[in-house]
Amino acid sequence: MTELIIASIMTIMTAATPLIFAATGELICEKSGVLNLGVEGMMLIGAVFGFAAVTVTGAPVLGVFAGALAGIFASLIFGFLTLSLLSNQVATGLALTIFGTGLSALFGLEYVGKTIEQIEPIHIPLLTDLPIVGRILFGHDPLIYLAIAILGLTAWFLRRTRAGMVLRAVGDSDYSAHAIGYPVIAIRYAAVAFGGAMAGLGGAYLSLAYTPLWAENMSAGRGWIALALVVFASWRPSRVLLGAMLFGGITILQLNAQAAGFGIPASYMSMLPYIATIVVLVLISRDSTRIRLNAPACLGRAFRAER
Amino acid sequence: MKKFFRLTAMAFAGALLIASGAASAEKLKVGFIYIGPPGDFGWTYAHDQGRMQIEKELGDHVETTFVENVPEGPDAERAIAKLAETGHELIFTTSFGYMEPTLKAAKRFPNVKFEHATGYKQADNVATYNAKFYEGRYVQGIIAGKMSKTNTVGYIASFPIPEVIMGINAFLLGAHSVNPDIKLKIVWAYTWFDPPKEADAAKVLMDQGADIITQHTDSTAALQAAAERGVLAFGQASDMIQFAPDTQLTSIIDEWGPYYVERTQAVLDGTWTSGDTWHGMSDGLVVMAPYTNMPDDVATLAAETAESIRTGAFHPFTGPIYNQAGELVVSDGEVADDGMLAGMMFYVKGIDDEVPN
Repeated sequence: MTELIIASIMTIMTAATPLIFAATGELICEKSGVLNLGVEGMMLIGAVFGFAAVTVTGAPVLGVFAGALAGIFASLIFGFLTLSLLSNQVATGLALTIFGTGLSALFGLEYVGKTIEQIEPIHIPLLTDLPIVGRILFGHDPLIYLAIAILGLTAWFLRRTRAGMVLRAVGDSDYSAHAIGYPVIAIRYAAVAFGGAMAGLGGAYLSLAYTPLWAENMSAGRGWIALALVVFASWRPSRVLLGAMLFGGITILQLNAQAAGFGIPASYMSMLPYIATIVVLVLISRDSTRIRLNAPACLGRAFRAER
Repeated sequence: MKKFFRLTAMAFAGALLIASGAASAEKLKVGFIYIGPPGDFGWTYAHDQGRMQIEKELGDHVETTFVENVPEGPDAERAIAKLAETGHELIFTTSFGYMEPTLKAAKRFPNVKFEHATGYKQADNVATYNAKFYEGRYVQGIIAGKMSKTNTVGYIASFPIPEVIMGINAFLLGAHSVNPDIKLKIVWAYTWFDPPKEADAAKVLMDQGADIITQHTDSTAALQAAAERGVLAFGQASDMIQFAPDTQLTSIIDEWGPYYVERTQAVLDGTWTSGDTWHGMSDGLVVMAPYTNMPDDVATLAAETAESIRTGAFHPFTGPIYNQAGELVVSDGEVADDGMLAGMMFYVKGIDDEVPN
């Protein structure tokens, strides 16, 4: 029984990791006031370029970097359209998802059915061998630790650093921030690029560590779940971790329930993350102080400096 | 919404493929509709190998086209009709869910001949064909029964349709014939091809103590997930040994090529008629990949069983077979007839689970 619980926690953590990456990126992006609905597309681009890089070079580290860079590249297209050309963020984000799905499928054609060396879990002698907590704390692949570290740094950055405050100010009141002299557009570009890098990493995690292969549309809706997760977490990094475990856990537990012989219809389980998000939305819109505390006031609004 | 995008992308891809094939009009045009990418190294890959065999053997008179990643359901009809509109005279639709779309398209194009894989509804211009994969699954069951140490085997199923359920039953019958203590844990992935989900399913089954994994989904992900944890597993639809050399026990290989060549030749000769073909090991359609990662005696037993199925000396569904309620469904010494198998929607006794509805 303990073995089953430990094993399930380990599996849930791998399911949560791509969500943590993508949602952390989107959280920073949204905190700066930009709503990028292209997460799914950026993840796919990250997944295919990460995979391609490992296929060509054989070095997993380069794959991780390639995934992040590809994500940045995709997000900068979005940034240019919405921040410089002031196009509608919702429409452009959706377009980025469609674009990413198509581009990754096209570029990925020659990588379908190929395989690479999977990124292996770490093994620290002594520590990993500790009973129960050993594997849960010290037995994952390196990217899981990276995801949690970045999430922790993000929390610290937003709450404790001056730069984090400036980012929040830009998201909460772009014209005020501009009036004080902060470069609103440049800060938003940086936030969008960070969001792209993280989504790319989340995608690369899928194709490098999760299943060591590339398949068209392999993110299978995880980008949308990451978007829902940011709202579910009401823009707080600590709750992203909790939500990712919860949303990742739902998928795994659903399969676990089936394997154990008591089947819950799979479609109900896949609805749960979205239902949970809607509940949170309803809750926070009933409480106006919480909205002011967490949701970026300028989310989704275009900013034109000369006005 | 997402489905719509996919469809749009697919329609464009389809249009491109068709445009490229329109050049030489005098050859017979044969079209294929695929559920996944030819590079899945599973189901679609096997069909694509068959398509290439047509090109190789009849290439002087025939040209082939395929449309990949076509979702099952009503939308598939458009992709099928598109092939018919562009002069394809023989169209193979290679997944169960294309049954109704194929029949609908066949009504609109009475002069085009259709071949639907794994379905059970025919028409004057729609033939069906299938392979007796259960023969191979029985052999896999025997191997699993011999090889499992935890007596727990994980089975990744796709959709609750007769095709899949008969495979699960055959697997269990095979396993119990050598080891009655085998427990089968079944996870329904509700997909044919979704590598991360297939990997999830494999991980969960291993979490629950399964030390052998078998799958009825199309990618190599489950096999690779098993390889990562040092658990043994079976490949699917093609020989996947290169993806997991220390993991794959064997794999059921689908050899569609001879059937495809025969049917295409029939169209060329003008002798094509509708019908229902269900071929198995005896026809060379179902072939077992080499038996690897197991002791010699298990490999020998597996090979002998496969051989007796091939020669017809033994049938995997030989009575007595009971359903879960304990009712005798195939009496002692009798053999389940094809009609019963093709509509099989119940588990046999020994499976501790229920068929999802």
